[in-house]
Amino acid sequence: MACQCDNEKKNIEKYLQPLEEILNNYQVPAESDIDLKKKKKKDSEIDPLTKKKFLIPVLQEAQDEYGYLPEEVLKRIADFLELSLSEVYGVVTFYTQFHLQPRGKNIIRICMGTACHVRGGSQILNEMEEQLGISSGETTDNLKFTLETVACIGACGLAPVIMINDGTYGRLTPDKVPEILNEY
Amino acid sequence: MKDAVYRSHVLVCTGTGCSSAGADSLQVELEDQIAQHDLTDEIKVIETGCHGFCEKGPIVVVYPEGVFYCEVGKKDIAELVEEHLLKGRVLEDLLYREPVTEEQIPSYHDIDFYKKQQRIVLANCGKIDPENIDEYIANNGYEAAGIALTKMDPGEVISEVKNSGLRGRGGGGFPTGNKWEFAYNTKSDKKYIVCNADEGDPGAFMDRSILEGDPHRIIEGMLIGAYAIGADEGYIYIRAEYPLAIKRLEKALSQAREYGFLGSDIFGSGFDFELHIKKGAGAFVCGEETALMASIEGKRGMPSPRPPYPAQKGLWDKPTNINNVETFANIPYIIYKGAESFNSIGTENSTGTKVFALTGKIKNTGLLEVPMGTTLREVIFDIGGGLTGDNEFKAVQTGGPSGGCIPAGYLDLEIDYDSLLEVGSMMGSGGMVVMDEDTCMVDVARFFLDFTQSESCGKCTPCREGTKRMLEVLERICGGKGASGDIELLEELGNHIKDTSLCGLGQSAPNPILSTINYFREEYEAHIEDKYCPAGVCPELAGAYMIDEEGCVACGQCARACPVDAVSVQDNEIYVIDEDLCISCGACEEACPVDAVTQG
Repeated sequence: MACQCDNEKKNIEKYLQPLEEILNNYQVPAESDIDLKKKKKKDSEIDPLTKKKFLIPVLQEAQDEYGYLPEEVLKRIADFLELSLSEVYGVVTFYTQFHLQPRGKNIIRICMGTACHVRGGSQILNEMEEQLGISSGETTDNLKFTLETVACIGACGLAPVIMINDGTYGRLTPDKVPEILNEY
Repeated sequence: MKDAVYRSHVLVCTGTGCSSAGADSLQVELEDQIAQHDLTDEIKVIETGCHGFCEKGPIVVVYPEGVFYCEVGKKDIAELVEEHLLKGRVLEDLLYREPVTEEQIPSYHDIDFYKKQQRIVLANCGKIDPENIDEYIANNGYEAAGIALTKMDPGEVISEVKNSGLRGRGGGGFPTGNKWEFAYNTKSDKKYIVCNADEGDPGAFMDRSILEGDPHRIIEGMLIGAYAIGADEGYIYIRAEYPLAIKRLEKALSQAREYGFLGSDIFGSGFDFELHIKKGAGAFVCGEETALMASIEGKRGMPSPRPPYPAQKGLWDKPTNINNVETFANIPYIIYKGAESFNSIGTENSTGTKVFALTGKIKNTGLLEVPMGTTLREVIFDIGGGLTGDNEFKAVQTGGPSGGCIPAGYLDLEIDYDSLLEVGSMMGSGGMVVMDEDTCMVDVARFFLDFTQSESCGKCTPCREGTKRMLEVLERICGGKGASGDIELLEELGNHIKDTSLCGLGQSAPNPILSTINYFREEYEAHIEDKYCPAGVCPELAGAYMIDEEGCVACGQCARACPVDAVSVQDNEIYVIDEDLCISCGACEEACPVDAVTQG
């Protein structure tokens, strides 16, 4: 059998294509521009130190594209921003928004803020866990739902409240949960 | 293009509260109905930001009459258009009803919720279309920036802000003018100004509402601040969880650029300023200023020791000034109306107003703005309408996870920075969660600590280890395994963590526990000594359920609801609960149609 290395390389290239398009928007100006810009004293944009500031926005856009942050993507980002992979990994694991595992098509966020807490948010979480058969932080096997808790989504007037993707459902009682899940 | 003149404006609140309650479909329906009645040239529908009265959303206000409709449903729209907009008759069924007298109140200003408020920061929220810069300008928008940039020098701006007595609205209450002066006095070729919109306290949504309802006010405040300290670049660091606020800010920024309020040579003054949005990535600690700057730089958002202060070495080691959203929102008023006008409001050491997010067991959940020095009683009972249900007021939690619980004895406390600190709480960002007798104070303390513990960044030991140990003790107490000496242990740990943590997160994390121990020690003792939770919240301590023989109608619903089969039927058709099997989940109580199940 012929060697597959080349094939694999092509696959990865194809896989990383959308990432390259994202990175294109974060191009550091070419050498000749640097000289020009330096004359204008606008060097903050091209200071190698400040290249790092693109890291979080790049990760955010990459995650929007891939749904999570696979290793290959992180390696390419580290390479592009001239950071070590460990630095990138450190940032990814620090912020709760970033995920290293694939996530469900629909993200359910159960608010566990103060107002929701005193108005029975945990009952909604229990019902969700029961209906989906997963615990908070997990994804269903069919990758349809990911269940998470959040500290507060700032819609306390509707407590207890949940978000599914960008939609908000407020003033919930546990018996409304199955109906809501059926919408997806 | 000449703007058309409309005889009536219909304002639909599209803040997050009302949107989730269905306001989006209202607007579409309204425009449909208006078109059907051929009124499109006469009546304009405007999407506004938050009116604050989220409890009664979706809210629709019809001008010029100023009629305030609440809890408007899609089905009501046809009638509203036909009756009110076409025939001029107010729809009484949709008016706000005074909860006690049931009297219908047509006008905005006569509703108790609004009567006692004084709106400076929220002046435009709910009144203007936040996506239209012209409406902001029509309400004297960018006039303060014009005055500052063309008629005042930076020193004058700073002394005006100093004279106003404005203190940071993000929690700490540091005088804003002094902060600006530090940044102004540091010599550097480059300075930054940053707006902290990383509103993370559970139960707080004031910054979100300001950004959604009046984004240009923040841009103007920052522009004035940038001019005062000499910064040419700024960042708004905002939570990614606030998509609507981000969208409106982005729109506002591009409009401001188009009108020349951002960019180079603003107002022909030779002053340049550019502003960027930076989305947070979900870390509570990034609300701390040094952590926030680390996050903008693309690092892990961990705080660093001060000094050096951001005013000396901030973003990329350049002098940086950071203020909270609400602080910047006050700036245009101060410059436009003058420091005296501002410091005549409020108390001597806390001037101006404060926006509070009132939530919990309260009738009128929502956003309100009152002068500093208003009492807790006025906020909770006059504006908030008192508690839901018939329960007694027990405590109000202010300042989120950094604050404390204030008991009923302090209801007449005048709210300002210093008075709240004296009673062991703090202003924080302005969250106010009302609790009644069904709220367990130990559980509340555990809830907040659970939050701060999981948000601790792990850099300094007292916060990382200390909050974890405290949480273990609290969980033990809530789980019925508390031992004598636990309260003292919590106090000792709490005080050490307060004294030795690196940043505000750790320094204030023990506050909810210490203040509840201070005011509700007997509740902790009941949990530990009597193994009993007086509020009936902690499941392991709530006691078994019992069925009242007299009241039981033998329907059997409790038995079907019980997850552990602890309910059985006796020969004489009376249901009983086996105390040994009962896990106190309360399912039977919920299932009982005649309220015959009670907790022992």
